[in-house]
This record gives sequence, structure tokens and C-alpha cells, in this order.
Amino acid sequence: MRIEFFYWEECPSHDEALARLRAVLREEGLDVPVHVIRVDTDEQAAARQFLGSPTIRINDQDIQPPGENRIGLSCRVYYTEEGRVTPLPTTEMIRRALRAAQPE
Amino acid sequence: MPLAIDSDLIPFALPGTDGATHRTEEFAGAPVFGVIFHCNHCPYAQAWEDRLIAAQRDYAARGVRFVLINANDPAKYPADDFTHMRSRAEEKAYPFPYLFDETEETARAYGATRTPEVFLFDDRGVLRYHGAPDDNYENPAAVQHHYLRDAIDALLEGRMPATAQTKPVGCTIKWR
Repeated sequence: MRIEFFYWEECPSHDEALARLRAVLREEGLDVPVHVIRVDTDEQAAARQFLGSPTIRINDQDIQPPGENRIGLSCRVYYTEEGRVTPLPTTEMIRRALRAAQPE
Repeated sequence: MPLAIDSDLIPFALPGTDGATHRTEEFAGAPVFGVIFHCNHCPYAQAWEDRLIAAQRDYAARGVRFVLINANDPAKYPADDFTHMRSRAEEKAYPFPYLFDETEETARAYGATRTPEVFLFDDRGVLRYHGAPDDNYENPAAVQHHYLRDAIDALLEGRMPATAQTKPVGCTIKWR
């Protein structure tokens, strides 16, 4: 399993998102490294297909469909299970994506 | 540096999505006046938006007034252009003016850096609270400190807010 965590420094709370990702990995018993990738420029954002900070990809799959997010340097919009906007992926969102990425 | 607590309101005249130019003078009679830097695209602004709307509605009968100001460069963030601002204000039925600070002079004068960022003034136009709306952008049900509402309550009761300043949390304002 390959896990990538992309972030843009100007957008707050990426530390919290990374800590949340690592906590869910521990809870799921997954000893998998997280590749933390900082995105600083529009060129890097385009090259990485970066949809905003933070973005988490598991085996190249984004944990949530792009929705209204555009490629570029911005903070990312996530939607909770209840339909609320949030700047951070929820624990459940991460957990579901991790489980979906594991072989049967 | 943001406008310091105890500073006077900085006047502005900015176009609103309602087609009017809104000047600070029109809010002179308000017992509490909130100048809130905001935008469309930012998830922090979106996450707090319904709470700002609710606060304005809850306190409107007591004369409290808010204005929301977007100073982002729409060339960099098209979702923050005036057309999208108008759509957002209509879609969410904003109970406050939504103003466009195209030159960014107002945002710079206030020293605003984030969206959302609240500057709350008393009936004499003196800054009494600056910062975030509350302490939880993720979940309104988990808020423990309602900074904005607590500050409004205090000012309406003739007291100083117990918390005058918090760290604004949100997207950076997108300067030209």
C-alpha cells in the first residue's frame, strides 16, 4: 500500500490532518509509511494534480472525489458524512479509504 | 499587524452583491458591528458560514449588524469573483451585506490575513474582539468557546468581552 499526504504550507491544520491519518493507520494495525509531500508552487500543484491541502492518496486514489476542488494552491473542501463542509478529512473518511484499498 | 484591540473602526465604502455601495456610516447606530473577512472558495469560511448567518439572524432584533468582505484576488481564485459572490449570497440568503474589496485596501487597512477573520466593534466603533468565530471549524456541535457570540453578549450587556483576541484560523487572503 502506498500512502501519500500532500500539503500546502499556507493552509492551516495540515499537521492535524497528518496526525489523524497516522492515528487511523495505527488503529487499523497498518504499519505503512506515509510519504509527506509539500507543494509550494502552481507548477508543482499542476504536476502533482494537487486538489488542495491536505490531499491524501492511497495507491494513487484520492480518498474523496474531487468535487468542486480545482488543481492549484488552495485549502481543500471536504464533505462529511452528514454533508457538512470541513477543511480536514474525517477519521471515518480516512478509515473507509484505507479499508477499501486493502486486498480482500 | 491586525488592527489592535481598542482601535477605532476604519471607514470603508465597498460595493455589495445587492447592488448597493455600503459605507460604515450606515452601521453607526448598531450596538455591535462585525466586520468579517470572508470568501467563497475557502473551506474554513464555508465551514463557519452557517454559524455566521445564524448569529446574524439571532442578534438582528437587538441591532447587531455584520458585513462580510471578500478581498481575494479573483484572477487567482475565480470562485471568489463578484459574480460568484452574488450567487453565494443568494444561494445562502445572506442576512448581511457581502462586499467586494477589489483594491484590497480595506483588508490591508484592517491588517486582515485570513478568511474568516472577525473584527467586532462596540457602539462607539471601538474594536472589542478580533479573531475566529469560535474554537471548532470542523463541527459546530463540538464548539466549546463561542468567541463571537460571547463577545456580542458581553457588549450588549455593557461589559468587555472576556476574550478580546483569538488566533484567526482559515485560508490566507489572496493578495494581488
